[in-house]
Parts: sequence; C-alpha cells; structure tokens
Amino acid sequence: MHIDTDLMSSPETRQTSNVTLTHLQRLEAESIYIMREVVAQCKNPVMLYSVGKDSSVMLHLALKAFFPARPPFPLLHVDTGWKFKDMIAFRNRRIKELGLELHVHTNPNGLAQNVGPFTHGSSAHTDVMKTQGLKQALDKYKFDVAFGGARRDEEKSRAKERIFSFRNAQHRWDPKNQRPELWHNYNARVAPGESMRVFPLSNWTELDIWQYIYKESIEIPDLYFAAARPVVERGGQLIMIDDNRMPLNAGETAREKMIRFRTLGCYPLTGAVLSNATTLPEIIQEMLLTTTSERQGRLIDSDSNASMEDKKQEGYF
Amino acid sequence: MAYQDTLITDDISAYLDERENKNLLRFITCGSVDDGKSTLIGRLLYDRKLLYEDQLDAIEKQNINSGMQNRDINFASLVDGLAAEREQGITIDVAYRYFSTKKRNFIVADTPGHEQYTRNMATGASNADLAIILINARKGILEQTKRHSYIASLLGIKHIGVAINKMDLVDYSHDRFREIVDAFSAFSKDMGFASIQYTPMSALSGENITAKSEKMPWYDGPCFLAHLETVDTSTQTDHASFRFPVQWVNRTDANFRGYCGTIASGQIQPGTEIIVIPSGQRSAVKEIVTIDGPLEMAAQFQSVTLTLENEIDISRGDIICGIDNPAQQSDQFQAHILWFSEKKLYPGRNYLLKTPNKIVPVSITSLKHKINVNDFSKRAGKTLSLNEIGVCNLSLSSPIAFDPYKLNKTTGNFILIDRQSNETIGMGFLDFSLRRASNIVWQDLEIGKVQRAQQKHQKPAVLWFTGLSGSGKSTIANLLEQKLHDMGRHTYVLDGDNFRHGLSKDLGFTNADRVENIRRVAETAKLMSDAGLIVLVSFISPFRAERNMARRLMDDGEFIEIYVNTPIEVAEQRDVKGLYARARSGEIKNFTGIDSEYQAPQTPEIEVSTTTLPAEKAAEQIVEYLNINGFLETHT
Repeated sequence: MHIDTDLMSSPETRQTSNVTLTHLQRLEAESIYIMREVVAQCKNPVMLYSVGKDSSVMLHLALKAFFPARPPFPLLHVDTGWKFKDMIAFRNRRIKELGLELHVHTNPNGLAQNVGPFTHGSSAHTDVMKTQGLKQALDKYKFDVAFGGARRDEEKSRAKERIFSFRNAQHRWDPKNQRPELWHNYNARVAPGESMRVFPLSNWTELDIWQYIYKESIEIPDLYFAAARPVVERGGQLIMIDDNRMPLNAGETAREKMIRFRTLGCYPLTGAVLSNATTLPEIIQEMLLTTTSERQGRLIDSDSNASMEDKKQEGYF
Repeated sequence: MAYQDTLITDDISAYLDERENKNLLRFITCGSVDDGKSTLIGRLLYDRKLLYEDQLDAIEKQNINSGMQNRDINFASLVDGLAAEREQGITIDVAYRYFSTKKRNFIVADTPGHEQYTRNMATGASNADLAIILINARKGILEQTKRHSYIASLLGIKHIGVAINKMDLVDYSHDRFREIVDAFSAFSKDMGFASIQYTPMSALSGENITAKSEKMPWYDGPCFLAHLETVDTSTQTDHASFRFPVQWVNRTDANFRGYCGTIASGQIQPGTEIIVIPSGQRSAVKEIVTIDGPLEMAAQFQSVTLTLENEIDISRGDIICGIDNPAQQSDQFQAHILWFSEKKLYPGRNYLLKTPNKIVPVSITSLKHKINVNDFSKRAGKTLSLNEIGVCNLSLSSPIAFDPYKLNKTTGNFILIDRQSNETIGMGFLDFSLRRASNIVWQDLEIGKVQRAQQKHQKPAVLWFTGLSGSGKSTIANLLEQKLHDMGRHTYVLDGDNFRHGLSKDLGFTNADRVENIRRVAETAKLMSDAGLIVLVSFISPFRAERNMARRLMDDGEFIEIYVNTPIEVAEQRDVKGLYARARSGEIKNFTGIDSEYQAPQTPEIEVSTTTLPAEKAAEQIVEYLNINGFLETHT
C-alpha cells in the first residue's frame, strides 16, 4: 500500500510528520504489529484459516508482516465436512499457490458417528465438529497461540474481547476476568497447557474488510459474488443445496436464484441473500444499503441471547 | 456501521474514497456507575440510525423478556455484551463500538464505572485520544469521576468532554450545570488537559445528543455529536524524534537481515543515520522493505522492515533512533504505577516489567508515596492495593532504552507481570532515570569469588531452610553447621531471630515488611557466598515469590532450598518459644500459620519431615545431598 500524501493540506495532518496514514493503512499497520508480536513472544503459533473473507485478509496481512520471509507458522483449517465445495477447492488452490503449510483437522469421533447438521441439529454439529474439533487440533499440535479472524463489530460479546485473549488449559474464556490490555503492550505469557487466541482484525469493521479486499485485490471465494445457485427456503433463510446430502422436506423445492453469501460456514447453516452484486463495489454498495447485520446469516447465533458468549466460553472462536 | 449517504447509491467509489480519507477519532466514555455511559452510546447509535434492524429486533425481544412494560429501548443493552452484565445491569468490561458519520470514523470504548473494574477502564483509555467523562447532574462529582479524570490525565489524554448527564432529573437547571462546571474545572486545573468541552444532556431522552436541545436554550455550545465531529485532537503529545522499537529480527537467509517494527514517532528515509539504544552502535538505513516494494519514506504508526548499511548486533527490545535526540537508557527509574491486582504490591518483591518490546525482571526498590484520588495529595504507604496509584523507584536487572512517558507514550510505557500466574498486575509510566545506571557500576575487584572459594578449598552454597515457626529449622541448621565445621568447611548461619535484632530491627511482621526482610537476608547471603562461604539461612520465609527471588539472586546451582516440613499441629504442640500460644490469644498479629499464610515449596531440593526424622538424621541427609552433588569435594 502506498502512502497517501494528498492529505498534506488537511487540517488534521499532524504537524510533526509529513505523511498521514489513511484509516485502512492504520488498521493494516496495527494488524501487522500484532502478528509480529505473537511470533516474537510465542513458541508455537498457528493461524486459523476458515477460507472466508476475513481469513483471506488475515493471510494477506501475514504475507506482508513477514516479507521477504514466509509467515513463520502453519495454517489450520478445522474442516467440519460440511463446508461449501467451492471453499475447499479455493483453499487447496491458494495454499498450493502460496506454498504454505496447512493442517486440516476433522474431528474423528464426529466423523465416525456421522455427525452432521441435518441428523444432529445445528448446535450439536457445531459443538462436535467445530468447537471440539478445534480443541483437538490445538492439543494435538500443542499450539500455544492461535490467530483468529474475528472482529469486534461482528457481535456483542466479541466487542468485549481482548486482542490477546487468554484461554486456560481447558480452552475456556473467562469474560468476567480478562487480562488488562494496555496500549499496544501485549502480554502473551502463558503456562504450559494454557493458550492465547489472538485477533489481529479486532478493530476492523465489515466495511473495512471489503474496502481493503477491493483496494488490495485480495482473492476471495466466488460464493461471495452473486450467481444463479440452487436454493430452498427454510426457516426464513435461503439455504443452498451444495451436495446430495441435503434432504428436502415435504413441500420444499429447489429453485435457481441469484444469490450470494455475506459470510461462509457450513453450507446447511449459512443463509444466502438474494443479490445481483457481481463486483466488489456492488457488494459494498449492497452491504451499505442493507439493514441487517452480517452474522444474521449464521444460524448458530440466534439460539439464545448469550449464544456466542456461551460458545466462546466453551472454546469456540 | 456506516451512516446512510446519497453517495452510496450515486457513486460508490467516491463514497469509499471519502471514507478512507476521513480521520479517525478513538474515544472512551468513563465516569461513575449509573452516570449513563452505556445509555449515551446506545442513544447515539440509535438516533443516528447506526444500528441494524436485527439488532433492534433482538433488543426489543430482550426488553420484553426482562419484563419491561413499554417499547422503550434499553439503550445500555446495546453495548453491555456479556450475559453477566445484562443480568446485573452493570458494565464489567470495556466494549468497543465502531461507527462513522459524514465527518469522521469513530472507535468508542465504553468503559465500566465500578471501581472494582478500574483496570478495564484503563484498558479502554490507554489507546484513546479523547475521554468523555460522564457526570450525573443530580449526584455531581464523585470519587470515580476524579479517579477516571486522573487516570485519563496520567495516560496523557489531552482532550476531555464532560458530559453532564441526567439533566432531566434537575429540571434542566442552568445553575446546577454551572455548579458542576466550576467544580470540575477547579479540581482538574493541574491535569494538563488541552481542551475541555462541557455539555449538558439527557442521554435517556435524547437531549443535546445529536441535535441542540430546546429544553436548555441557555446552552450555546455544540451538542454531543457535534463536539465529537469537530474536536481537534491533533495536539501532538509525542515528540517528533525517530523511534523504532525492534519487535522481531527477520532473517530469511544468510543474505537478508531486516528489523521489523512499528514507527513509534518521527519518520525515516533510506540513508538516514541511526543509533541503536542501549548498545550505542551507529549505522544508516539502507532500505525500507515492504512486500509492495521499498518505500521512499516511512512515518509514525507504519509497520515496516528496515535493513541497515552495516552488520550490527540488534535484537528485540532495542530501539533504533535518529541520531538527533536519541532515546535514553537506564536500569533505575522513577515511575507512576497503577496497581490492578488483589495481591498487593510489595517493595522488594520481584516482578517482570514489560515495555512494548522487552521483558526484564524488576524490583520495586521503594514506594515514594501513594496518590489520594480524592484530593490528589501524596500519602505515605508501604504497599499498593488494588486500584491504587503510587510513585515508585524501580530497579531493573538490565538496562532498557526509553523516553519519559510524557514525551513518548510508546517508549515510556510498561506493564508489570506476575512471575507465577503471568497475569498483568499493573501499568506504569516511566518518569525519569535515576541516573544510577551510569554512576554505580559493580566494582570489579582483583580477587573474585573463584579465588576466595579456592582459598577455602570449597564450593560456595546457600542452604535456605524454610518452614513454620518451631518446625526445627534452626536446630537442624545448627547441627549441620557443626558437621560442616568439623569437616573443615567455612560456614555462616543467618538466623531469622538474630537477623531481626540487627540488620532488620526496623521491620515488623506485615507482609510488606516480611518481603523486605527476605530481600535483605537474600542479599546478605549473596555477599557471603561471594566471599566463598557456605551460608545457612534459617528463615520462615513464608512466600514463594521471595524464595524464588533469592534463588534467582544466586549463581546457578548454588541455591539449595530445604523445606523443613512440620505440620502446624506438631509445631504448635512443641511451641518452644511460646509464640503459638500468644498468637492464638491474639497477642501477636500476623503470625505465620495462624493469621498469616505459609506457602510451602513446590519443588525444594531437599525436604525433611521432622515428624518421622530426628534432627540429627535430617542434618545427615543434607550432608549426603551435598556430597552427592559435589559441594563437599575438596577444591584446590
């Protein structure tokens, strides 16, 4: 990103420097600082990679932070087995192109019992395949820090979380007793078995993410762009039929509709929006004109008021 | 969330350009409990239509569940994101919200009002450019108003908005407003604020929030939002000299060595001469490396990688500075400290001090005074309790590069970390170097520890006996000394009781005094081991932290912790000195095992159980340990 010197005449320009960073440049610099701090302080970090737009931005920032070296940590994808096919294809291609190390983990117990959202319900599926799977993977590789792409503007309990968020040996978050976090002076010290979740994108908003993707031409999966795709309407949400594991209820018919996704997760749990937006500016425009927040497309949050907080306490990201 | 703008539909690219070039204001809301901080932010977001429909739906659903009669919005619940907060109706931790208007982008940190959660208020405030201090018009200025104002001032926040809220409860009285303005400006006059804007308002009913209120025609200033949009926070508090704290050294291969960091102040170009503090080495910038190509220049807040013209030794913790006005270096400081832990700060105890890029062991050598937040007067004190602020002298185990906090917030800040739990237990502001680092250096003498030990044909050691009063420490230490003496060893016993008759006769038995007592005996033992002696320390030494401090003070392998394990019932039954009886009757206070804690060693080198082993046998067991571990070999 080049430095914008057009702002020289702005009254906001600090007298002591000849360059003023834009809002996105400040966010970028802060995220890079956070990533480097983890690498400098911790023994065995990993970056959670969920293939979505936030992960794409996080990975892009990691490439910047450690250039000309490659990011000095592996990526981890907790694959529930129910991700969109296009996500997996995108993931495999990107990792290969960038020459990075990726661990893919699927909860073997859940796999053996054929746990899935249709048979076991959304919350059991998420708990077994996502939360338990994540904890297994972190224990297996003994990672002491995991980067996550969560943002504080996503949800009200996330708005409360530290950038360096402490987890005890059971991976639990204690929201009532978080470590103070002063300035950009981060304390990543943990005892053996304990760990940190670190969120370099904490201060980014959804709009910042999109604007940055646009400015930096960051690759994201096609599912974010509108296309004709087969969907059924279920529980007020548009669910895309991504494979033949999805049973249709009586009276349901699959229809081709112009849709896209604002957020990507397990396909049966991710609601689509009707849209004709096929370019980034169109997506941003559409987003700015809508009146529902991003996480509404994710079915797991709406179970109860404290839903996300409960899950986070259990070790969910 | 973004405000609605016709540009979004007409020209999205123009909208995005405009947005990116808007300036960002980071501010906090603070003040006492129930002054309406969360309500103010909730109201602001609601009035400016900065909430999403599903968020509004969720709020209305919650309000129905909590039995509210009307469809009034519970504004506070928009920001109180934790279940416990909504249950108790209080704010526990800071919430960050993001919004923008036509003029600015904002990050607001809504901080808790309870004194108990001061650390979370400080967390939110530490990155803010502006503090909104709420005052309940009916209650006026409270202790928390003063505490938060003082912390804001300590942090170097230069711009303040005083939101005099709940004006509806005082009939929008101009007199009441003036009273509070006068009181606030009186107590804050020495806090170094560059601007203070007083705004009368009612967050609950929306008066003077996003538009001028008709209920208070006597007020001619801007409404709350107008102040946020226009306040000029560009007053530069950090100096302009180049500071680049090195975070990480990037060594991709033999040919590349780059220094990663974020520029804390000033700017740099290829060719600029630099000096590295604390080492003092000099070089010049070769290239400012980024993935998008080398830069012509980099400035404050940018995260870059620098390569230098010469190969010099630089590591994490160093600060690369411009050669004009470089950072200072020292290992002795005066600092302000805000204490966050339930466990008190004791002078003499060891902690970890972390600057943004370096961790160094530190001990608080003295607490000069505490600050009373009610009248900002100095108070004497021996310890700092939760949420107290004190001025301390610090001694670091190695020098660090720094600037006084008042001149540079990044290179002048630190946090304190507990060595056992790793918790962040305090925040600090470096005031100045005590300048002893350069004056008092350890005198290197011609005859050293090795020569002195050789002359005595022995290997120095510190045998540290710990255990309850009456556990048998001194008895065993005496027997052991006799045995070692008979073997021709040079020994000395430092006994707790004897020590308090001399070197520590000014100390009592409070936790603070115990910590200092152990520090003195540990330092004495260190000098004696330096003299080549085998030192036997017989002290209750109840706290793990001090025993660990003593261990770190000695050379590797020289410290031998001996846990004289006697159950309290047995020790009390023996009661050789009659102390337990006096402690039980309340005559002696702070007696270890009765009303003061004993923290047993977790991994002592030697543990002797006096209930199963006579003192004579225990002494023999220790001799055997010394034998096996080579302490009794004849050194020539």
